[in-house]
Amino acid sequence: MEIVQILKPDGTLVNSSLEPKLSQEQLKKLYHYMVLTRLMDERGLMMQRQGKIGFYVTSTGQEAIVGGALALEKDDWVFPAYREHAVGLFLGMPLKIFIAQLFGNSEDANKGRQMPNHFAYAPIHYVSISSPIATQVAQAAGAAMAMKLKKQKTVCITYFGDGGTSENDFHAGMNFAGVYKAPCIFYCSNNQYAISVPVEKQTAQQQISEKAKAYGFPGIRVDGNDVLAVYKVVKDAVDRAKRGEGPTLVESYTFRMGPHSSSDDPTRYCPKSKLDEWAKQDPIKRFKAYLINKKLWSEKEDAALIGKIKQEISDVITEVTQAKPPALSTLFEDVYKEMPLTLQWQKEALLEEAKQKGSFKDSSEAFPL
Amino acid sequence: MATLTLLQAINDALKTEMRLDDRVVTFGEDVGFVGGVFRTTEGIQKEFGEGRCFDTPLSESGIIGAAIGMALYGLRPIAEIQFLDFIYPAFDQIISEAAKMRYRSGAQFTCPMVIRTPYGGGIKGGHYHSQSTEAFFAHTPGLKVVIPSNPYDAKGLLISAIRDEDPVMFLEPKRLYRALKGEVPESAYTVPLGKAVVTKEGSDVSLFCWGAMVPVCMEAATKAAQKNLNIEVVDLRTITPLDVETVLASAQKTGRVVIVHEAVKTAGFGAEISALISERAMEYMKAPILRVAGFDTPFPYTLEHVYMPDPVRVLMAIEKVTQY
Repeated sequence: MEIVQILKPDGTLVNSSLEPKLSQEQLKKLYHYMVLTRLMDERGLMMQRQGKIGFYVTSTGQEAIVGGALALEKDDWVFPAYREHAVGLFLGMPLKIFIAQLFGNSEDANKGRQMPNHFAYAPIHYVSISSPIATQVAQAAGAAMAMKLKKQKTVCITYFGDGGTSENDFHAGMNFAGVYKAPCIFYCSNNQYAISVPVEKQTAQQQISEKAKAYGFPGIRVDGNDVLAVYKVVKDAVDRAKRGEGPTLVESYTFRMGPHSSSDDPTRYCPKSKLDEWAKQDPIKRFKAYLINKKLWSEKEDAALIGKIKQEISDVITEVTQAKPPALSTLFEDVYKEMPLTLQWQKEALLEEAKQKGSFKDSSEAFPL
Repeated sequence: MATLTLLQAINDALKTEMRLDDRVVTFGEDVGFVGGVFRTTEGIQKEFGEGRCFDTPLSESGIIGAAIGMALYGLRPIAEIQFLDFIYPAFDQIISEAAKMRYRSGAQFTCPMVIRTPYGGGIKGGHYHSQSTEAFFAHTPGLKVVIPSNPYDAKGLLISAIRDEDPVMFLEPKRLYRALKGEVPESAYTVPLGKAVVTKEGSDVSLFCWGAMVPVCMEAATKAAQKNLNIEVVDLRTITPLDVETVLASAQKTGRVVIVHEAVKTAGFGAEISALISERAMEYMKAPILRVAGFDTPFPYTLEHVYMPDPVRVLMAIEKVTQY
């Protein structure tokens, strides 16, 4: 099967002519956010295990997804699923916003209204994440149609997984974008599992990029653990969209090296041999080897970076955890722009109840999925 | 002032607002070139071009999903679903996405959009062109549900819906599309969302209704007048947010309430109105609160006229509460 690859798993170039012309600064920034994502995920999962947060979704093994973010400009929009933290952080979601969302306290931009990893951050057009699968795909097509109508030279990129391709909204979004030649990039992280269901049971077309043919636009498969290849295919797709040539489906062939979420145990369904085989493809190790080969990076700098990021994460956690839970009244805000009278009554009743009770006991169990 | 049908008033509202605001776009199945299966969008593509009025693929979730994306990006989309009965592929987009976007993002992202769709029976359309399922949407925080009953309100409410900052379900009583005419100003006037109107003042019984049941209730009120009963008819116009003040004021005034809707009785919106009055105005009630509604069956075909509430059935309920 054809696949775009620039870096071999050992970090050497497949073919030097393919090497994208990126500055040292850009390369180091990519690496920085891959490492930040890995370390944040380790810490996030640990905080869940310690009972400090209720849930966490890691993206371990898929950090090369950040390559696509480098191809975006500030007016482009992102319609994410829930395993693209690296993209959000790279585009400028502050770590404090990220971590506050996990705690859902008064510092959270979402005001504590969603479970962890369901980010939204308007300043970078990182659209609010929901749990139903692939709904964002149809929305991204619509936003891209709006961009075209408003004659903007911008694109939408939407992220989803191999499981997402089975949903109605994958079909709907791909179909709409194809018909209207909307500037939309469909980025499928084929990490080979939808929770426990392997991709073989998801679709009989094992090369997901081929599905683009049914919608009349190109599809391309990329080595999803190769950050330079990811950058290149997304950049090509973005350029194509900005030239008015319509959408592209990118299939990132990758592997989820961790659980679906903090509640999942992949040893129940994923053979260890597969994990071992993919550990050799680790996107961070690969890119680090490339940077070291290019004399842009060293083990010493690497250790310093890891230490610095760990400290930064700890500092932000300390800061964020000072914040209180959202005020009770926020429960009723933002349902509508203006609060209906019936909701005002309910708010008043709750505030009265709070006076009588003094406090509310949170006895929820840990989330099971 | 023009005399228009309800259908023409909707067409007029769309054109009026599209002339004033170039963010407004409208689309759906057969909406563009042919002007909609009921012709509610007739002439719009011709006037505003294919960019602002277009046909979509036959995909309800695609239509609503795309509308959400457009709204997020700053347009004011008006998506048409050909029949309310066909909306369910888009249920996820409406319930999980549009309705929750403002709340779940801490108001960072919002979905100001309108979903227009014909609802209700009386056109011999069988199960799939006749249902009234407004309660599904009224049961979802974040959505507004608007149902006009006459041409004047249809235009004014639709303009308000387009200008609203939240997603609005705009349910059109298809039985009334061409059944009645009324005076409709040419201006871009608005009728506020969330405000009921007392269509006929009365003192003996309050009838609460919306959409195609308003003329049915008016006819029942006329019949009741012949029996010396003075009936108040309240057209809710918007069921969410509900104009609780008008509902309670009327219930307190008459002390006798009948709620009339086409939708199936159990868990229909009438139950909500009944509960509201029980919670807030029980001491004023002189009789049990009754509902005249569709039966708890799928919508029938041949016996449609039996299924749907008619003025006589409403009158029988009026007599029941007055004789209690």
